[in-house]
Amino acid sequence: MRQFTIEPLGGTAGWEVAGYNIAFTNSALWMLITTVVLFAFVALGMKRELVPGRWQMMVESLTGFIDDMLEANIGKGGRKYVPYVFSLFMFILFANLLGLVPLGVVGVHPFTFTSHFTVTGILAVISFSIVLGVGFWKHGLKFFGLFVPHGTPLPMVPFIAPIEFISFMVRPFSLALRLFVAMMAGHLLLEVLSSFVIGGGNAGFGFGLLVGVPSFILMVGICALELLVAGIQAYVFALLTALYINDAENLH
Amino acid sequence: MDMEAAKMLGAGLAAIGAGLASLGVGNVFAKYLEGALRNPGAADGQQGRLFIGFAAAELLGLLAFVVAMILIFVA
Repeated sequence: MRQFTIEPLGGTAGWEVAGYNIAFTNSALWMLITTVVLFAFVALGMKRELVPGRWQMMVESLTGFIDDMLEANIGKGGRKYVPYVFSLFMFILFANLLGLVPLGVVGVHPFTFTSHFTVTGILAVISFSIVLGVGFWKHGLKFFGLFVPHGTPLPMVPFIAPIEFISFMVRPFSLALRLFVAMMAGHLLLEVLSSFVIGGGNAGFGFGLLVGVPSFILMVGICALELLVAGIQAYVFALLTALYINDAENLH
Repeated sequence: MDMEAAKMLGAGLAAIGAGLASLGVGNVFAKYLEGALRNPGAADGQQGRLFIGFAAAELLGLLAFVVAMILIFVA
């Protein structure tokens, strides 16, 4: 579990502001690296050639993908959310992928900052606040009509409304939890398998072949799965955000 | 039984939930593939719902993992 610890780079002395310690940590460093890589990725695709080159094609296919997803889920009013959902999707995607980069051979240990509930919690809270903000701005108090689906008979409403309310309030929590646990479980699994490889290797040649080699092959497979999961979890976060915004924009 | 052993046993039992979740996730993809092979033209339009279903089923399995983690590291 030591790979998940947050270490302040350069000590925590002298970084107290109003009772909170704001030392620059490895989590913050990787957030910075993700932002720089993402900025460079999009900036290099901004040549705006009429016949797009390969990099521009990559950036445009990703923006088009998010645009189509928002239009399919929210309708015409979805376009104004493209900046937010695109940033969210790309940030989470790059965070997940950069945490899997095999820089360990040169001594740098990548850190997946989305494997902490605090980070994913904040991302989910931002999405949920946008949902609440849009809902109350557009519909006022009629927004509470979200908890009574169309056509429920009146005697059922006192049973259905609390259940709908609870399932609505669980949404940010489930968004955060899904991404956090998926990332943490993946890295934990890789750590456990690598401990098998190292333990098998240390226990002699026979154990090394019997235990180490199959574990290593499994690690390669799990790494491929982790790359897939990194993409899928980013997509699911963005997709569910789009769905919740749809609930706020078009009440049912 | 001392506390440490009970926690580990509880965490091991919680891991059964991961196996049950795999049934659920397999179900989602199985039904999608079955429908997609019957009606390939309509398959691409429903891919979004496929991933929503996968996320929901996976989340509940990950909740079992969370319970195991809480037992080992927090409680």
